[in-house]
Amino acid sequence: MDSGEQHLSSYATLALVLVALLVLTGITVAVSYVDLGRFNVPLTLAIASTKVSLVLLYFMHLRYEGRAIRVSFIGTICFLAIMIGFTFWDVAFR
Amino acid sequence: MTMATIPSFFETPAPAGLTGIRAWLLTHDHKRLGLMYLWAVLFWFAVAMIIGLLIRIELMTMGRTIMSAGVYNSAFTLHGVIMIFLFVIPGIPAIFGNFFLPIQLGTDDVFFPRLNLFSWYLYILGGVLAIVSLFTAGGFPDTGWTFYVPFSIGTKHNVPLTVFAAFVLGMSSMLTGLNFITTVHRKRAPDMGWMQIPLFTWSLYATAWVQLLATPVISITLLLVIAERLLNIGLFDPARGGDPILYQHLFWMYSHPAVYVMILPGMGVVSEIIPTFSRKAIFGYKAIVFSSMGIAIAGSLVWAHHMYTSGMSDTAIFVFSLLTFLVAIPTAVKVFSWVSTLYKASIDMSPPLLYALVFIYLFSVGGLTGLVLGAAGTNIHVHDTHFVVAHFHFTMFGGTGFAFFAALHYWWPKMFGLMYNFRRAYIAATLATVGFLFHYVPMFVLGLMGMPRRYYDYLPQFAHGNGLAAVGAILLVAGIVLMFVNLLLSFRSRVPAPANPWGGCTLEWTVPSPPPLHNFPLQPSIQEYPYDFTEILRKAPRS
Repeated sequence: MDSGEQHLSSYATLALVLVALLVLTGITVAVSYVDLGRFNVPLTLAIASTKVSLVLLYFMHLRYEGRAIRVSFIGTICFLAIMIGFTFWDVAFR
Repeated sequence: MTMATIPSFFETPAPAGLTGIRAWLLTHDHKRLGLMYLWAVLFWFAVAMIIGLLIRIELMTMGRTIMSAGVYNSAFTLHGVIMIFLFVIPGIPAIFGNFFLPIQLGTDDVFFPRLNLFSWYLYILGGVLAIVSLFTAGGFPDTGWTFYVPFSIGTKHNVPLTVFAAFVLGMSSMLTGLNFITTVHRKRAPDMGWMQIPLFTWSLYATAWVQLLATPVISITLLLVIAERLLNIGLFDPARGGDPILYQHLFWMYSHPAVYVMILPGMGVVSEIIPTFSRKAIFGYKAIVFSSMGIAIAGSLVWAHHMYTSGMSDTAIFVFSLLTFLVAIPTAVKVFSWVSTLYKASIDMSPPLLYALVFIYLFSVGGLTGLVLGAAGTNIHVHDTHFVVAHFHFTMFGGTGFAFFAALHYWWPKMFGLMYNFRRAYIAATLATVGFLFHYVPMFVLGLMGMPRRYYDYLPQFAHGNGLAAVGAILLVAGIVLMFVNLLLSFRSRVPAPANPWGGCTLEWTVPSPPPLHNFPLQPSIQEYPYDFTEILRKAPRS
């Protein structure tokens, strides 16, 4: 995308995303009252990740950005995942 | 107006209308900012070098020589913090990157000029905070530059402010990285493809990604240390469910990649100098490009090789040891490419080339001794001994330091339009190299004999080695002082430098020395291959 171009999201799209975020927040609260054993944390993290993705894609316009920005962002996520994941070579086997 | 009559950036303030000191302190010009970094970085280098010399003089003889044990602890902490955060990390990118990255890309400035100025102010603020931390609260920090817990949380010395200074310096580094990445993507000349970017700029691009991705980790970690001290959260305290090894993971997640932030730009400098003085296209341009990115990526996966004796799991030791050996591959690709470029070349000896050759030699020793430390078995034997100190200084001083000196000699004529004395430069380089070897080789031996690092005193069997290292330190400092005096004397002798004194073929050699404000009076023409010397050789006088 050229630096001059700007994407304007419609109110309908933004409202839909807002509703989705509120619903997911509600699900997070609801799940906290249900004992799913070892699945509680992964489920909560999955919901949180989905919410973050929605914010990034629509509110922060990542969905409409050019390839360089998207690749940069995905690279950052991979880097973070590796940092956390590799630490578990230690913590999980100590 | 001809090229020669265009006023240089020294005579053209940006923004226009500013005069005197304001033309510098409020400038948006990447070249002025490069020079502002130059003087600030050199100041800190001189301070840290003097502290380093005092440390070696203290260790010259057994027992107390010139300082107490407490002052010694503070001295090696300050030497490390200043050298790492105020000299080696910002050195080449902030000075030569700021000055030459836009020119090598065929553009007039970095993408965010104001952010560039802000980065400089953050750098200065970080330095000022570091000074203030020495004389406030508990005084000189004494933890070593690694700020390891639990000591950094328990010591009465002024750790929080020093740590905050490092945090601010990290911000400066990140913003510079962000600026460089954006400039490479958005501002390079329209005709310049990725495989036409000069290798110095490529190395800065790879470095910038590491700066941008890894620095936040240390920033957060340093803030956690402050939080631990002030709020007693217990993140790193086992008594409260914390994990002291977690601190080491977080610290080295940044600080090992930071080693590549330090060395990659130096490799970029050498990749420019070797072909220029070989009058020959660099061997393996693409291999060097990909090895820069490879080092940036692989170098980010090996942090825990600093922690083999920390109590980490055996699985982690195995994995990180294996990964560490991977970094040797792209590094060796570079060294072999430089040497292959020199092979059968028409070599023109000059001070920048001499420094670059010394770099290759010293860095190779540093790299190979790194394998001793990367291998889990041998690492246990030499962990936290003088062997590590010697290895680290061979890579960071013999490597980055000498690359910095090479860059100074290579680009000095372009930055100031002045030529320096070659004879003095050769003597200084030789003196510094001999001093360096006498200084650090004994430390390898001392380390193998078992002398720990950071100890104030030592056993009689270590006396000879420490005596030799002190003599080496004095020679080394004498060489460096002579080198700087020689460069500064060029302001007095004022021998003008031509636009292309070395016969280089990257874009900075097509503009006047010193360059004009907007770098290129006309749109520069981009060569199909950035190291094509055909035209340079055609114009060269036949001997």
